[in-house]
Amino acid sequence: MTRQLLRSLLVLLLIAAAGLDLHAQQPTLRWGGDAQGGAPFVEADARQPDRVVGFDVEIAELIARELGRTPQFVQTQFISLDQAATRGDFDIGLSGIEDTPARRQAMAVTTPYYEFREVLTVRTADRDRYRTLADLRGRRVGTLSGTIAYELLVDAERQHGVIPRPYEDDVHPYQDLENGRVDAVLLDNVLAIRALGKFQGLAIQPGTVATGHYVGVLARTNTAMRDRIDGILRAAMADGRLETIFRKWGVWNDDQPAFFANVLADAPITKTVIPDASRSAGALTRKYLPLLLQASLKTIVLSCVSMALAIAFGMSLAVGRVYGGRLTRTAVTTYVEVMRGTPILLQLFVIYYGLAEVVRLDASVAACLGLALNYAAYESEIYRGALEAIPRGQLEAARVLGLSDFQALRFVRGPQAFRLALAPMTNDFVAMLKDSSLVSVLAVTELTQQTQIFATNLGSWVIPGVLCAGLYLAMSLPLAHVARRLEARWKAPTAS
Amino acid sequence: MSAVLDITGLCLRRGAREILRGVTFDARRGEIIALMGLSGSGKTTVLRAIAGLEPFDAGSIRIDDITLPAGPALHASQSDLRRHVGLVFQFHHLFEHLPAIENVCLAPIHVRGDARPDAERRGRQLLEDLGVGSRARALPRELSGGEAQRVALARALALDPPLLLLDEPTASLDPARRGDLGAILQRLAADGRTLVLTCHDDDFVRDYATAVVILADGVVVERGGARDVLAAPQHGATRTLLGADA
Repeated sequence: MTRQLLRSLLVLLLIAAAGLDLHAQQPTLRWGGDAQGGAPFVEADARQPDRVVGFDVEIAELIARELGRTPQFVQTQFISLDQAATRGDFDIGLSGIEDTPARRQAMAVTTPYYEFREVLTVRTADRDRYRTLADLRGRRVGTLSGTIAYELLVDAERQHGVIPRPYEDDVHPYQDLENGRVDAVLLDNVLAIRALGKFQGLAIQPGTVATGHYVGVLARTNTAMRDRIDGILRAAMADGRLETIFRKWGVWNDDQPAFFANVLADAPITKTVIPDASRSAGALTRKYLPLLLQASLKTIVLSCVSMALAIAFGMSLAVGRVYGGRLTRTAVTTYVEVMRGTPILLQLFVIYYGLAEVVRLDASVAACLGLALNYAAYESEIYRGALEAIPRGQLEAARVLGLSDFQALRFVRGPQAFRLALAPMTNDFVAMLKDSSLVSVLAVTELTQQTQIFATNLGSWVIPGVLCAGLYLAMSLPLAHVARRLEARWKAPTAS
Repeated sequence: MSAVLDITGLCLRRGAREILRGVTFDARRGEIIALMGLSGSGKTTVLRAIAGLEPFDAGSIRIDDITLPAGPALHASQSDLRRHVGLVFQFHHLFEHLPAIENVCLAPIHVRGDARPDAERRGRQLLEDLGVGSRARALPRELSGGEAQRVALARALALDPPLLLLDEPTASLDPARRGDLGAILQRLAADGRTLVLTCHDDDFVRDYATAVVILADGVVVERGGARDVLAAPQHGATRTLLGADA
């Protein structure tokens, strides 16, 4: 009896050990993708949100199976996929990643596995007006930042005067097209077709603006694994397994058979040469420097306008809090606590997308408004403190002279409070310069986003990072200097 | 000649504490009245009530043809008061961010609506008369105590009030400066102004005031000609005050 028990225990232990061993023998294949708005490439499973589904997910599973590994998904922002692969966050990135010369220079790139076309999507009403990029002079065209489509738009800006609007995801450009905030979207046909099912009144123009391919990316040194994966992909092209996956996700089309055949025959594949293919760091820097300066200007204008609004509104809030009745004070306090207690990113989204049903604010207007409304809450607290710091004697002196409350505020209390508030205000302005980078989520191309696009195309953060930091410092240092001088001139009034 | 200032039965309490318990006195044109009393006797509170900075509970204050009513809040008629009363605070309370001349011109420009050039001309004249004409562009923090007091005096005089109140004007002055101040006050009184000041310095009061009002525990205990009262105090509180001061 005891022996039997021992024996079964031993068997159990052995099974457990074998199981452990099995796991130890089956290493993982860590693969990166962006599940944010990533259908049909990679998206969260609607039934089981901690799982991802999509054709890139199935390709990753196929590769992992052939390599004898367990696939493990690593969520990574689309624009950072190359850098994350280089850092070693995952073995391979698969997420509708485009084949570009810059990428081939910086990364180990797999054989292309899908051919897409860059197409223009417009509102149905504009179908005859905006057929090509050339028809869109002076019009806003949305796309995903850091893509071939964005490069095409930057080129079209020079040639045709279109206004590129790079977004950080591939859903909001179409939403803004529906809303009328952009007049066209240039993106992969895979994304365009999906958008037609999601948004009303959109049409895809038949012309192909460019042709490109999706690839997997690996760290540049990881060529051994890349070569093995190339073999796996080619085999899956040859035996129809890739076709099955693409058919399942509704992206198989007439372009693919010829493309597969060319890849398997090592024949050249149709590929649009990206405008301005000079990809040396120097050439790219020369190309992006004016764009960065332009973006800096945008950052300055945005910050100045937002700060001016925030100061004006913040002052009104502070006055309401100091002079108002109980109702006003409660209202102001509530506003301040809500604005300080919720993320500014959320506020920007609500103002831009949430209010789109009621008021369709322009992106720059929404950005200014969002920053201003948020900062006004902080400013109002600074001014309130400053107003309350002005000695009572000053107010009594004003009252004895016959100044009304408003005159006392305007000529005596306000100016002195302003001097007290100057230092914390300057701090906030410098913070605003940097926080303005958040508005890139509204497709306002400010300095940080332009830098990110530059870094993606260059495949390195060194030059873009240094340039970007330099530009921010060039903006904030003079500001700090001016503030210091003003402060020295005014000095804080001595309390009495 | 009727009184410029007439205070009757002035009562003022802060919470449970009675600060003033029926203060009554008047002041005529050209008089310099010194309010004296131990610290906490209510001297400054009387000045503040006259200047409309403190609501009071009972009694009345009449300045020329304006009567301040008793009540829990400051009354609207107090805005008419401004042209009739000027106040120089013990700590001056000059507007720290404005140069001396701007301190003086603020009320004439924004309250009376004078044109700026006129206001500035008159302001400079005032500063000149008070001996600080050269400091017109100086900020309050750049002024000495005596200079700041004269600028505060000029500011209080800018609206040309018939009644001028001064809270402890001698407190921060050395003896030589006190003499200068006394001369200025006498000149103002000679011009027909009425002055009421609080003071601890009996020498100064004896030399420059025309009358003394002694306050003790929130009531007037003695009133009379400055020299008479100080030479022969009738009330115990006055004797204590003078003894304590000596």
